[in-house]
Amino acid sequence: MAHPTIAVFERNMVVYKRLWRTSVFASFALPLLFLVSIGLGVGRYVGDIQGFSYVEWIVPGVLASTAFQMMIGESTYSVMAAFKDYRSAHAAFATRVSIGDLLRGWFLYLVVRVEIAVLVFLVVVAVGVGLSSPWVVMTPVLAALLALATAAPVTAFAAKVDHDSYFELLFRFVMIPATLFSGVFFPVEQLGWLRVAAYVSPLWHAVELCRAAMLGLPTSWPWLVHVGVLVAYGSAGWWWASLTFRRRLQD
Amino acid sequence: MVTLLVARQVSASRVGAVMNRNLGALRSGASYWLVLLAGFFEPLLYLLSIGVGVGALVKNIQMDDGALVPYAVFVAPAMLAASAMNGALAETAFNFFYKMKYSKTFDAILATPVQPIEVAFGELAWAMVRSALYTAIFLVITVMFGLADPWWALAAFPATLLVGMAFGAVGMVVSTLMRGWQDLDLITVGQFSLFLFSGTFAPVGGYPAAVEALVAALPLYHAVELVRGLALGLVSWGLLGHALYLLVMMVAGLWIASRRIQRLLCS
Repeated sequence: MAHPTIAVFERNMVVYKRLWRTSVFASFALPLLFLVSIGLGVGRYVGDIQGFSYVEWIVPGVLASTAFQMMIGESTYSVMAAFKDYRSAHAAFATRVSIGDLLRGWFLYLVVRVEIAVLVFLVVVAVGVGLSSPWVVMTPVLAALLALATAAPVTAFAAKVDHDSYFELLFRFVMIPATLFSGVFFPVEQLGWLRVAAYVSPLWHAVELCRAAMLGLPTSWPWLVHVGVLVAYGSAGWWWASLTFRRRLQD
Repeated sequence: MVTLLVARQVSASRVGAVMNRNLGALRSGASYWLVLLAGFFEPLLYLLSIGVGVGALVKNIQMDDGALVPYAVFVAPAMLAASAMNGALAETAFNFFYKMKYSKTFDAILATPVQPIEVAFGELAWAMVRSALYTAIFLVITVMFGLADPWWALAAFPATLLVGMAFGAVGMVVSTLMRGWQDLDLITVGQFSLFLFSGTFAPVGGYPAAVEALVAALPLYHAVELVRGLALGLVSWGLLGHALYLLVMMVAGLWIASRRIQRLLCS
């Protein structure tokens, strides 16, 4: 018998193999559309930033924001469905699977999902724009950090709320503003005092780290602080998720 | 069009009744209001992020007639056109489909003396309320930010109504062609691709000729060009061509939509 954590992971992979078509756009096409429209289209009117062409400069940010959006999208409806519609979480919990297994198997699956998207993205970028720093090998690790920092709190939130209209609000009032104002398309210094909002966003910290890894640029804050913020989001979210899962599974 | 209206004996009060049903739905609770509000914020956030944020890196854009305009001024009318499109499509492509296929609202309506074409008109009228609300607020914000002259903004308003009606009518046709909610994703993909590639964020003049020709066939391109021309006061005969494109889109959309509703719900 496989370890219960692995069993949960495998179950999620089986579902993904059936339904992968629905996420192709968000995982693979959307980032490329952004790179072409904003990076190449608008980039023709932008000079160099920090010694890089505009499209090269936004590549790490688009990579991070794709991982961020993917994780929010994946951790909403499917988590709620596991408790409300299909009750697959209850089914798993009725076996040897513990709450810890459920969460570990789920986050492992999400990290695998992000890595697939990141590797495809890196190959496209390597062919289309080129890679400029050997530190790019760290990108998958950073993507995994961001994935947990995003997916853990959102998973907890999705297990807590009772109605899916909260997700629409999460997409519109958290995900889209965070994507647009976390230093993906322009340096947050331009935001003036509003940059404080970007400091709160895990995406900004991930964008700083990815840009450092992919372009060899220095980070705004010491890199350990950026990593620390992401770890804090991930662990706090994980802890909250174990609480909300427990409450759900006892109903 | 007029003969069609007379031949079918379209009644304004029945069209109004279809439209007013949607007003009643607003009383169902806060969530519809929030979704309505949220749809408005998206183009505004893009204006602030790409228009103002990236605009600080871009400085000026050269128009066809050689005039230089600040980047945010260039992007604002495009976001205005996009918000007219989003407002109309949110009702006619998404909510319309739900009412037709899942909540069976139209089956109930058609059990009364209301005719299919009156459903099409009534739903389009409601979509226009949403679309016009978005664009009116957006125009006020644009003027407040100093991104458009107040008088030219006023001139652009009727153009945004035409944009909303054209997309709203076609949205209903698309609704009637969908097989299930999975197809809604295709609309989202199409809508977002239009949003990114219709000369919204960069002038199409700089693209390779083949790409430029492709973009020139897109409906949102004509909407953006028309609204931008009026909002920036760059009036030329070319604007009539863009308006004509949207007008044809609206009439054809309405005609096909009412036929599709007839076939789907009255047979």
